[in-house]
Amino acid sequence: MPALPLDEAGKYVAGAYVVFLVLVVVYVAIMATKLQRIERELRELAGFVEHRANGDQVATDREQVSADV
Amino acid sequence: MYGKGLKPLSIATTAALAVSFSLVFFYAPLDADQGFVQKIFYVHVPLSIVALLGFVAGGVFAILHLRSGDSRWDAWSYVSIHISVIFGVAVLVTGAIWAKASWGHWWVWDEPTLVSFLIVFLMYATYYPFRYAIEDRERQARYASVFAVSAGAFVPLNFIAVRMAESLVHPRTFATANGGLPGEMMLTFLACLAAIALLWTTLVKFELTAKSASGQVKRLRRALDAPAPGGSSRVAPEVS
Repeated sequence: MPALPLDEAGKYVAGAYVVFLVLVVVYVAIMATKLQRIERELRELAGFVEHRANGDQVATDREQVSADV
Repeated sequence: MYGKGLKPLSIATTAALAVSFSLVFFYAPLDADQGFVQKIFYVHVPLSIVALLGFVAGGVFAILHLRSGDSRWDAWSYVSIHISVIFGVAVLVTGAIWAKASWGHWWVWDEPTLVSFLIVFLMYATYYPFRYAIEDRERQARYASVFAVSAGAFVPLNFIAVRMAESLVHPRTFATANGGLPGEMMLTFLACLAAIALLWTTLVKFELTAKSASGQVKRLRRALDAPAPGGSSRVAPEVS
């Protein structure tokens, strides 16, 4: 089969390279979304730990007050 | 732990891809037979080589997992296969585009090279349902490793069988009998191969880093006895 003229071959070559780049970009975008979710979960956990630490502190203060009384 | 060196690796990969694709379009000469369409060769062939080697690497990591029982090797095996399957999709699509441009057909069923790659790809596509069908994490990892070893051994055997078979239309580019690629084409091809191998390594490290972070968050949540935010039912390997 003779070589395709440049104007016709160009769309196939562009198509192949675009498919490759789109796959990589889509994969990186999916991974970025996953990393965002992990970051959000970490923030939630940090808030949970802080909340619990504050709760423990309040409970300790209450025990201290009742012991003093 | 896995994230160490990810930034320089990502920069090196981006630079290598930019340089190699520049070589493809501004340095490598046009093929006398196929003309401009042959430029697809520089992305299609390295992708297929790296994907097949990635499958074999997945098998090697699975052997290490079965020998040591260390779940980190299972994660390496899983991620290697995962990235290679993605590369496999790119191989099939770029190959179909090249086939349409060169042969006038998107797919040729009586060509051993194409069909054998499709068989390997479909075999690895069953890795996910096979893995996720098992709930017990240890059993899942062990069975998945056995699959990865068997399938990884099949890849080179399949490759040798295809090389021995008579090709109908698919060219044997690296055949020594008719000479190989000219110097500029070979240099460009090797640059593309290195860039795509770097891309594979970067994506594997990227995914392992994400899995490691996710695993640590889950462990932290369990340790704190914190409520889980609508967790996924899929049991992917957890990396510490």
